Amino acid sequence: MRGRILGILVLLAWGIAKFSFEARLEQHMENTRLGGFKPTASLRQQAGQAGFIAALGGLRSAVADLLWIRAYTAWRDVQYGRMKLLFDTCTAMQPRRVLFWDISAWHMAWNGAAHVQNHEPDPVVRKAEMRKFFMAGKDFLQRGIESNPDSWELYERLGALYKDKLKDFENASKAYDEASKRPGHLKYTRRFAAYYLAEVPGREREAYERLMALFNESEHEWLLTLFRHIQNLEAKLDIPDAQRIWHTVVKLAETPGKEGSAYAGLTDLIKTGSREPAVIDAARAYEQKMDIPAERRVKLPVQDKRPSD
Amino acid sequence: MSTEISAPAAAAHASAHKLFSLRRTWAIASNTFRDLVRQKVFYFMLVFALILIGVSLTLASISFQGQLQTVMDVCLGAMSVFTMLLAVLATAMLLPKDMEDRTLYTILAKPVSRFEYLVGKLAGVTMILLVATLLMTAAFLVVLHFWQGREIENLQITEPAERAAATIKLIKSGTFTPTLFGGIGVIFLRSVVCAALTLMLSCFATSWLFTVIVSLMVILAGHLVPIARSVWQGPVGAAEAPFHIAILLRLITVFVPDMQLFNVVDDIAVGMTIEADVFLRIAGLGAGYVLVYLFVGWLFFAWREL
Repeated sequence: MRGRILGILVLLAWGIAKFSFEARLEQHMENTRLGGFKPTASLRQQAGQAGFIAALGGLRSAVADLLWIRAYTAWRDVQYGRMKLLFDTCTAMQPRRVLFWDISAWHMAWNGAAHVQNHEPDPVVRKAEMRKFFMAGKDFLQRGIESNPDSWELYERLGALYKDKLKDFENASKAYDEASKRPGHLKYTRRFAAYYLAEVPGREREAYERLMALFNESEHEWLLTLFRHIQNLEAKLDIPDAQRIWHTVVKLAETPGKEGSAYAGLTDLIKTGSREPAVIDAARAYEQKMDIPAERRVKLPVQDKRPSD
Repeated sequence: MSTEISAPAAAAHASAHKLFSLRRTWAIASNTFRDLVRQKVFYFMLVFALILIGVSLTLASISFQGQLQTVMDVCLGAMSVFTMLLAVLATAMLLPKDMEDRTLYTILAKPVSRFEYLVGKLAGVTMILLVATLLMTAAFLVVLHFWQGREIENLQITEPAERAAATIKLIKSGTFTPTLFGGIGVIFLRSVVCAALTLMLSCFATSWLFTVIVSLMVILAGHLVPIARSVWQGPVGAAEAPFHIAILLRLITVFVPDMQLFNVVDDIAVGMTIEADVFLRIAGLGAGYVLVYLFVGWLFFAWREL
């Protein structure tokens, strides 16, 4: 009896001593984005008794994977309501798994909405139902970002959702901007942030400055879309002729060793609407110098063709 | 003829018997290890291997995204559960078995203290757990290597070049990381804590079945300790909880180990990096639990009528 009492007293003392240490360690782990799983009553309902106990016993990720496979089956059976429930459970079980949030959002905002679009005859209901799916997708991404603030992929998907589904270019630009600040992001996220800003009414000047920054950064950034946006904004903002980008490209064409990359820029300028004689002449000069066959030379639209073309 | 021993000889004899001897403890530990091996505890490795093969052939193949991730999740989860079960089941049988076949009385009749006996038993189980963890890790790494290669091959075919290159880089740098091995270390540590807990419980339990059931319940409840602690700490939650529930939750917080703190593999599986500082704190906490449970187990055992 004496041993048992002593033992319980030691356990009590240890329990009190460890309390603050464990609380601090838990807090520290939460601060470093570890241990985001919270076993709640709603999760127990969604995962079922066995799944919940297995999750508590150290099989949380494995249970989430199994439910993920069930969601795949639900997708094959075109059960979007069930899919959403399963996605909610999977993401609650493993909130650090970016893929779960990303694919859940994709299924809701793209596949679910497309299903409604193809099967709902009433246009009013169709529009409302599609919007519900878009918002469900957005909700997954926003919750995913809360749990994984360093994920550029989720911001990228959110940007795509704003742009493709909600036609909200301002928020699309913001989302791509955020993606481009995250580690491991792909280069196009920075470009997209500037491209979509160019579509926002009232923010043309800011967009122009950002696009010009990209243009001046490197010739690698000289892409067709960049030229198209800059030329549109030059016209909209009434940029003085001397400051327009075609001058820079033509000047580059006169720099020895840079003619090749300048020619790529010149052809993009022509394709995106530049009809400056200096641009066309510089392009033709390079084509003649390099003896580029006629079928591979940059084509002008019929109405812009000159007798020499 | 006098049979008296001279004073210096008696002193020498007394000092020759140390209160705690590593040699005696090692003898018990190695015997425990051999005994457990003879009981074919490693047969569970066959089940683990079957799970690995099963996951590779079915689960990962039917999962429509992230097969490598699925393999990691299931394998680490299986390792976690297997080591925990092995720790509880192997330890729960030690004392009752020694009592049943009278080995315990033979050992304790010799100049072996009860503390040495307990330390030796725990050390033997720890050795078994270490070997089991190493074997499972080896099998897991082979499967992981296979799936890593397969995932990279798939990406090269299905994804655009820039995206594929970025993802492949991520997979290569994020699969066999020091954090992964640290996580496996935490799985091992968790199993040793479970073994120490079970040993402590078996020191006052009368049947091994009771020890197994209570140990598993305590371990399961251990995963809910963060909730119990939040009720204790949060004034809002404490006010909402009925009095008897609040008391119960506080008792759980004090007497039950927080197993969630040892549950880092779920985060490691998704590629999160865990600082060395966190690993050290978890190791410190685990060591604390083992020492306290061992000491309390000795207190129970020392006063127990055998």
